Amino acid sequence: MLTQETARKWIDLFIEQILENKAYLSELDTAIGDGDHGNNLARGANALTEALQTKNPETLPELLKVTGMTLVSKVGGASGPLLGSAFISMAKASQDSDDLATVLESGLEGIQKRGKAVAGEKTMVDEWVPVVEAVKSKTLTSAFIDETVEKTIDMKATKGRASYLGDRSIGHIDPGAMSSSYLFKTMMEAGVYDE
Amino acid sequence: MSKEYGVLLVSHVTEIADGLAKLISEVAKDVTVKSAGGTPEGGIGTSFDRIEEALSSFEEETVLAFYDLGSAKMNLELAIETSDKTVNLYDTALIESAYTAAALLQAEAPLDAIEEQLASLKIK
Repeated sequence: MLTQETARKWIDLFIEQILENKAYLSELDTAIGDGDHGNNLARGANALTEALQTKNPETLPELLKVTGMTLVSKVGGASGPLLGSAFISMAKASQDSDDLATVLESGLEGIQKRGKAVAGEKTMVDEWVPVVEAVKSKTLTSAFIDETVEKTIDMKATKGRASYLGDRSIGHIDPGAMSSSYLFKTMMEAGVYDE
Repeated sequence: MSKEYGVLLVSHVTEIADGLAKLISEVAKDVTVKSAGGTPEGGIGTSFDRIEEALSSFEEETVLAFYDLGSAKMNLELAIETSDKTVNLYDTALIESAYTAAALLQAEAPLDAIEEQLASLKIK
């Protein structure tokens, strides 16, 4: 169920996951990008911890908005404006709906509006599109989240920094899809998603 | 020399944005050129906050904005959405196009003539 309480737990767990996997995310990004994905997100995660403590947002839309604005301001790499836009769009959607699929779909729209990416370009969108579908059909599992990350290995990047590598981007996990997989796994763990 | 237009340079690296501003000042000494390069900590990346700050510091109502790589564009677009300036964002080769635009502004060329020159420098 999507409430202020479960979403707060979700974001706290996501922050934890990012900090724990900071080195791994940067390692993935070193293969096909500029090697800073983990460090950038960790900077955002630390700023987020602080912002949530100071502002202590009491409603779901406020919580999602503070999260989005902080990510936009503090992350530095492409994931800042992208994940930030997702949360800002989700904040708007959550004013009218507490249906997770509806809210996540708005988040995906926020990402696509900002990054202009579609499915199959080896970006975080390749994680978001199947997950949003699975949430809609209530078939989301942890294994499915892993599978969608693995599907980015064979993709050739046509958006984002990895696209400069052309065919050489094939054979690697997309770091943005990986970090979004942490977002969705912690969403399950926090009880935001329930079948 | 009109003070109608300003030029904003956004790069992932402070020195690239500042260095380009230096290069441009040679041909466009009366044009307001501002740079927003790197993260606030001086690292590599772009910053929504720095871009927003630079944008709002222009006296000019219209700003021609140039950037290096994709994520710079995303932060620029976010800043444009929250700014009350008119911002024209160009998907052109950063150095060549910012130089061209500033030189033509200095020569008091109209915006449509400048944009015609920029069109051939579109690379992204």
